[in-house]
Amino acid sequence: MADSSFKPDRASEEGAEQGADSQPGASVPESGPTRAQAEPAPAHEPEESPHEPDAHEPDEHGGHGGHGGHGEHPQSFFMKYLWSTDHKMIAMQYLFTGMAMALIGAFMVYVFRMQLAFPGMSVPGFGTVSPAEYNALVTNHGAIMIFWVAMPVLIAAFGNYLIPLMCGCDDMVFPRINRLSYQIFLLSSVVLICSFFVEGGGFGGAWTAYPPLSANPQYSLTPLGATLWVIAVALEFVAFLLGGINFITTAMNSRAPGMKMYDIPIVVWMIVVASILFMASVGPLVAGAVMLVFDQTVGTGFFDPKRGGDPILWQHLFWFFGHPEVYVVLLPAVGITGEIMTVFARKKLFAYPVVLYTVFATGILSFFVWAHHQFIAGIDPRMANIFTVTTVLISVPIAEMMFVYIATLWGGSIRLTTPMLWALSFVGEFLVGGVTGIFLGASGTDIYFHDTYFVLAHFHYTFVPIAIIGTFAAVTFWFPKMFGRMMDERLGKIHFWGTIIPFNMIFIPLFVLGAAGDHRRIWSYENFPELARPELQDLRVLATISMLVMLSFQLVFFYNFIKSLMSGPKAGRNPWQANTLEWTAPSPPPHGNFATLPTVYRGPYEYSVPGRDKDYWPQDAPS
Amino acid sequence: MKPVATTRSASGTPTGRLAVWWVIASEIVIFGGLLGSYIMHRLGHPEFGDYASHTNTWIGAFNTLVLLTSSLTAVLAHQAAENKDGEKAFQLLMCTIGGALTFVMVKSVEWTIEITSGFTITTNAFWSFYYTAAGLHALHVIAGAIIMAFVAVDARQGKELQRVELVGIYWHFVDVVWIFLFPLLYIAK
Repeated sequence: MADSSFKPDRASEEGAEQGADSQPGASVPESGPTRAQAEPAPAHEPEESPHEPDAHEPDEHGGHGGHGGHGEHPQSFFMKYLWSTDHKMIAMQYLFTGMAMALIGAFMVYVFRMQLAFPGMSVPGFGTVSPAEYNALVTNHGAIMIFWVAMPVLIAAFGNYLIPLMCGCDDMVFPRINRLSYQIFLLSSVVLICSFFVEGGGFGGAWTAYPPLSANPQYSLTPLGATLWVIAVALEFVAFLLGGINFITTAMNSRAPGMKMYDIPIVVWMIVVASILFMASVGPLVAGAVMLVFDQTVGTGFFDPKRGGDPILWQHLFWFFGHPEVYVVLLPAVGITGEIMTVFARKKLFAYPVVLYTVFATGILSFFVWAHHQFIAGIDPRMANIFTVTTVLISVPIAEMMFVYIATLWGGSIRLTTPMLWALSFVGEFLVGGVTGIFLGASGTDIYFHDTYFVLAHFHYTFVPIAIIGTFAAVTFWFPKMFGRMMDERLGKIHFWGTIIPFNMIFIPLFVLGAAGDHRRIWSYENFPELARPELQDLRVLATISMLVMLSFQLVFFYNFIKSLMSGPKAGRNPWQANTLEWTAPSPPPHGNFATLPTVYRGPYEYSVPGRDKDYWPQDAPS
Repeated sequence: MKPVATTRSASGTPTGRLAVWWVIASEIVIFGGLLGSYIMHRLGHPEFGDYASHTNTWIGAFNTLVLLTSSLTAVLAHQAAENKDGEKAFQLLMCTIGGALTFVMVKSVEWTIEITSGFTITTNAFWSFYYTAAGLHALHVIAGAIIMAFVAVDARQGKELQRVELVGIYWHFVDVVWIFLFPLLYIAK
């Protein structure tokens, strides 16, 4: 069944030819008029018609795309890379900023895991870790990995890159708002990094920032760090609100002629739904952030019970956002996995409409589960029962999505390329995260597990598949489109196994430790005799060593990335023989994306259609 | 130059109008979170009614009238823009901006009186909510007036007349937020 002899290099040549053939402007005269009817005569129409028949060697023709004007004249470095309104360049900015932040987050985990395995040691590259530093490290590791890695890479980078290409248009609907979104995001990253170096150090009140610890400088001892942290998070929210409006509006209004609801690639749907979820859930936390900053700086008492406030209010505001946020980052990763699985199983996505309804159900349900984070915060037990039920309910649509993916694989001719391995591992690893979540969603067991390493291992089994596996799946899959060259498959597979095996070796021990009673956010277990036993300490050392192995294997990825960028084989338009519209554009797509903006004739997953000699059927090829 | 993406309308609704509605959706949840928090506190603290008795209902009512009138001129500006009368749209938008400025000035006077009477943002939770919610709203009034100035200048030259409607939608939203704030902060005593 598994056709592991599949060679992307060979495919890339075929793909290049096929991609050129399937350009509607080149081979099919009637597609031009169709488009002209649907488009209200765009200003640059005349410049599009001289279509270059040899455009499948795109690198040299970088600026010759559809857009008269923009791409033609040389731009300065500043205008091209820092002040660009092109959605692909903004995607790259988000991608590389997210990767840089991931390195910072990874450095933090390296430092505090070393402290946990070898308490009191001088960590190479950092020195000894004080309790305050430990708190700042775990706090900012969490915040960075979610707000500055998972969101910018999965939603902003791939949303920006894929939505206009997959919808067959030349850019986002609001290119300048898009640029502003990235600039605010960059500012938020700078503010966050600055917060590590102010007097008192970075914020150490955990990424959930519960008051009174976060609200009162006398408790947190980080008067400036805490405020800068909240401001950085709030700026990041503004950036994603602006980006989200762009994603939703582009997908709603700028689709290629002929692209109906069920013709939209599933990853676009996922990013759009994620943006809507983010938009609908983040508002209360924006208000909460304003209140928290006032508590910190002006001296109000929103979260101070002595003065008529309520600390639990913050928990409600935070988790009303925080739980949908899980699905905000999950859905794009699920969408990416869906695109990859259909391409490499050469099969239609099983039950496309069901996936879509499942996504909507997940999105709606995700607003009614938040208090399962607060079972021991003193909420009414009757309310806890309700939230237990909703929490267990939401596992139904998510499980359904996973089953749909497994059903997609059934009977396919599976090609185990690197992106496919990442996609398959996403399903497998995320299932572990989902299944362990049931113990935490049930209020009875949660009372025992709350704030232990069991919780930590559970959400790393969800967030690592989302943010790390999902990102690697997407990068290895769309790298040929983004940079015009293929990545090295052998190095890719070494990197895959070198990441997946240590990942499990890190977090399976942490499940055991959590069940044994290891509380989170403890600087050194030597102060807890019942937890400092050698059999537990050995598990901590095992997790830390696995973490070191996993981090060192990332060097393989960076080597592969840079080597392929410089000297990988040319990819051509459609190296994976995929259907969706981005593969009909040159690799990398020029400014304006398409020489002739495509028209859509069918759904995105018409693979292995009986009676056709080719096992794929691009969306823009007329029947 | 606008990309083709901006000129398309697959959903049938113009892109700008669609985007403004999404902006308003995200704003609704911001104010919804803040006002929801306030209402929860209000229900748990009957003494908020006593604190609220120090707010000046007449000043609040006057500002409500000012905002509602400015919304009317925004609607008339939209009508003028539909008739391609950029000059008239410009004048009417300037009236709306005038309403915004009046609102902010009255608000400043009102706050000055309250602060000098000893009711500051740190006095208690009611006044914290009062200044935070009304302040956030006032920021939206100021931002709306600035955006409207740009739209009005363009409209006078006959450019981007559809934006008169868009900024009008936003202005009605700012108005509606005040319609919620006024009874919650001033009338409920």
